[in-house]
Amino acid sequence: MIKEWFKSGLPWVWLNAAAVSVCLIMIVSVLGLIAVRGASHFWPAQVVQFAYQDDGGQVQTLIGEHVDSSVTPAVMARANGIKMADNEDTLIQYLVKTGNRDVTGSDFRWIQERHVKSQQTPDDIMVIERREWGNFYGRLTAVKESGKVIASGANANAIALQKLDVTLGLFKDIAHIEKKEIGAVNYDLERLRLKQKKLQLEQQWDAKAQQEVAAEKAAYDKVYNAYQAQLQGLYQKARQDSLLVKTDSGSEVEISLAKVVRLYQPNQMGVFAKIGHYGSKVVEFLTEDPREANTEGGIFPAIFGTVLMVMMMAVMVTPFGVIAAVYLREYAKQGFVTRLIRIAVNNLAGVPSIVYGVFGLGFFVYILGGNIDQLFFPEAAPAPVFGTPGLLWASITLALLTLPVVIVSTEEGLSRIPKSIREGSLALGATKLETLWLTVLPMASPAMMTGLILAVARAAGEVAPLMLVGVVKMAPTLPLDGNFPFLHLDRKFMHLGFHIYDVGFQSPNVEAARPLVYATSLLLVVVILGLNLSAILIRNHLREKYRALEG
Amino acid sequence: MTAQEMRTHAIDINSVLSSRAKHQETNEVSIKVEDLKLFYGQKQALYGINMEMPKKKVTAYIGPSGCGKSTLLRCINRMNDLVDNVTIEGQILLDNENIYDKSVNVAALRRRVGMVFQKPNPFPKSIFENVAYGLRIQGINDKRILEETVENALRGAALWDEMKDRLNDNALGMSGGQQQRLVIARAIAIEPEVLLLDEPASALDPISTLKIEELINELKEKYTIVIVTHNMQQAARVSDYTAFMYMGELIEMGTTSELFTNPKKKQTEDYITGRYG
Repeated sequence: MIKEWFKSGLPWVWLNAAAVSVCLIMIVSVLGLIAVRGASHFWPAQVVQFAYQDDGGQVQTLIGEHVDSSVTPAVMARANGIKMADNEDTLIQYLVKTGNRDVTGSDFRWIQERHVKSQQTPDDIMVIERREWGNFYGRLTAVKESGKVIASGANANAIALQKLDVTLGLFKDIAHIEKKEIGAVNYDLERLRLKQKKLQLEQQWDAKAQQEVAAEKAAYDKVYNAYQAQLQGLYQKARQDSLLVKTDSGSEVEISLAKVVRLYQPNQMGVFAKIGHYGSKVVEFLTEDPREANTEGGIFPAIFGTVLMVMMMAVMVTPFGVIAAVYLREYAKQGFVTRLIRIAVNNLAGVPSIVYGVFGLGFFVYILGGNIDQLFFPEAAPAPVFGTPGLLWASITLALLTLPVVIVSTEEGLSRIPKSIREGSLALGATKLETLWLTVLPMASPAMMTGLILAVARAAGEVAPLMLVGVVKMAPTLPLDGNFPFLHLDRKFMHLGFHIYDVGFQSPNVEAARPLVYATSLLLVVVILGLNLSAILIRNHLREKYRALEG
Repeated sequence: MTAQEMRTHAIDINSVLSSRAKHQETNEVSIKVEDLKLFYGQKQALYGINMEMPKKKVTAYIGPSGCGKSTLLRCINRMNDLVDNVTIEGQILLDNENIYDKSVNVAALRRRVGMVFQKPNPFPKSIFENVAYGLRIQGINDKRILEETVENALRGAALWDEMKDRLNDNALGMSGGQQQRLVIARAIAIEPEVLLLDEPASALDPISTLKIEELINELKEKYTIVIVTHNMQQAARVSDYTAFMYMGELIEMGTTSELFTNPKKKQTEDYITGRYG
C-alpha cells in the first residue's frame, strides 16, 4: 500500500506543495507585518487619560497613547523585584506614550494595569506635534500674541489653529529662502571662493582679478544680506505667538507656535477627520525632510537618493554588462579562457557586498577620486571633491556589484536566439556587426531587461557597501537641484535602506522610532517594487515585439 | 539538349522552342566547383567535388540524409565559415572568380548569392522591414526606393496580392508557407545572381510546396538556382539539372530527365528507384 503510494509520486506533489506554501506564507507574513505596522503608524491614536496609583498609593493623572502591552508571569515579575499579591498570576503592563519629553524627561512609560484606577478619553485633550522634543499631550488653555492672551477657554482652539496656519505659511517661506535662495547664494559664493583660490594657484591673482572677484562677492553679499534681513523679519513674526498648555500633572507650559507642526484633538475626531489626518501625515512622510534625528517628519531625501542612485547604477551597468556579454558570447573564441572568465563572473555575483564597498572606498574614492581632485580641483584642497564618498562612487560600486547579473542574463538571452535568424541575416549580406546590431541585440533586449530588473532589485536593497561609499544619515542638500550643473555627483545622499538601519538602531529614542522603521521598510519595498514593475512592463513590451520564432 | 527535348511531350511545341532558344543564349556556367574538399575537424565531409552549374537554370542536389548536399550548398555562399573547425580545400568559381580567395568580401559575396533555409526564418519585424532588411544594410533608406523594391520583391515571390494590406504586420503572424515565400522575397529584394534553396519546402504542407515550386519555375528566368531536396519528385518537377550525391561524393550529375530516366551509375539507379536512402 505505502509502496504503491510512494510510487504514484503523490508524496512528491505534497512535499512540493508544502514547500511552496511555506515560502508563500513567510513572504506574505513578512510583507503583511511591515504593511500593517508601517501603514498604521500614521493613524491618529486615541489619547487616554489614566488615573494611576503609584507605589506610594498616591493617585496621579497620566495622559498618553496606549502603544503596547505585555503580560509577565507572577514569578518573573517577583524576580524582577515587583511586589505581587498571592492571588495574582500575571502582571499586565501597558506601554504608554506620554510625550512631553521636555517636561518629564522621557516620552514612554510602562504602567501596571492593576494600578490603573480609571481610563477615560476626554475630548479636550490636544496633541501638539513639535519640531523638537516630540509630541506634547495636554489641554489648551490660552493663545498668546506677543505675550498677551488673545483667546482662552472655548474659542482658544479655533484661534490656535488659525494662528498655526499663518505660522506654518511663514515657515514655508522661511524654508524656501533658506534652502533655495540662500542655498543658491552660498553655492555661488563657494564657487567664487574656489575661483579665487584657483587664480591664486595659477599666479594670476592680479589687481584686475581681485577687483572682479571682490565686485562679484559684494553683489552676492548684498543679496545674501537682503535675504538674511527678510529671514529675520519672518522669524520674528513666526515667534510672536505661543500656546499656553496644561500638562497632565497640572503645570502650565508655554509653547511657541514657531515650534509647532500640527495641532489636533484625536478623541473628538470623526472617521473622516482621521482619514484626512492620516492622508496629511502620509503626504508629510513622503515629501518632507526628516526632523529630530530622523525619527519624525518625512523621508523624501532618502526616497530621492535611493531612486536616483539606482537609476544611475542602471545607466552605468547596462552598457557595460551588455558589451561584456556580447564579447564573451559572440566574439571571444569559446574555450578554456572564456570558461574561466564565465566562472569568475558567476563567482563575482557571490562576493559579499561589503567587500565591494571596501573596494569602492579604496579604489574609486581614494585612488580615482583622489587623483581627480589633484588633477581637476586643486583649488578645493584640502577639502575633497571627488576624493570622498558620494553619489558617483556609490552608483559605480553598485554597478560593479550587479554587473555579473546583467552579463549572465544577457549571455543567456544571446544564446537563446536561434541560429537560423543569424544565418538569415548573414545570408542577406549583413556583416556580423550589422547582424548583431539589427537583429540579435533587439531580440535579446528582453533578456537584458531581465538582467536589469535583477540588478535593480539587488542594488536598491543594498546597504552595506553604500555606508562606505556615499550614504549619510542626513544630507543637507539633494544631489539634484537648481544650481548648475544640476546633478551633483560628488554629493553624499540619503538612502532608504540606510535610513532604516539608522532610525532603527542608531536612534536615541528607540520606542519613538520603531514605527518609522516599519513605515520606511514598507516604502523601500514599494520603491523597489515600483522600479521593478516599470522595468518588467518595458520587458513585456519588448518581448511582445520580438517574440522569438516558434520551434 | 536532350534533357529539354525529353521533357517536351508534356508541353506544347512553342514553349519548347522558346525554352530551347533561351537555353542556347544562356548556356554559360555560373558556378564551377573544382575539387572541393571539406573537413569538419578531422572528419571529411566532402570528397573532391567537381561540378558546373549553368546560369539561369535550376540545379537540384539529391541524395540520402548526411550525404553532404547541404554542406556543399552552404559552401557556395560561404555559410560554412560560421562553423568552428571547418577547413575547405579546392575552389568554387562564381563568374570565374574564386570565392574562397582571400581578397573576397564575404558580405558582398552573400549579396550576390542569396540563400533560403529549410525552416522559414523571418525576422521578428514587420513584413515590410523583413524585405527591406537587405537594402537597409546596404545603406538604402530612401522611402520611395524601398517601397518600390519591396513591392517588386513581394510580387516576385507571389506574395504581394496577399500581403499588400498587411505590410506593417509582424512577419511572425504569417503561415509557414507565406513565411517561406517572404524569406524568398527578402532574398530576391537585393537582386542576387544566385539563389540557394536548402530544402525550401520540407517544412511546408503540399499546397504551400506547390506554390514554392511554381515560384522556382518563375524565378529561374532571372536567377541561377541551386536547390537541395529530399523529394525526388520535386527535383524532377523543378530542376533542369540534377546531381546525385552519396557519402560526400558526387556520384552523377546530368540533365534531370537523363538522370531520372537513364542513370549511368548503379548507385543512382538504386537510389531513385527507392532501393535505399
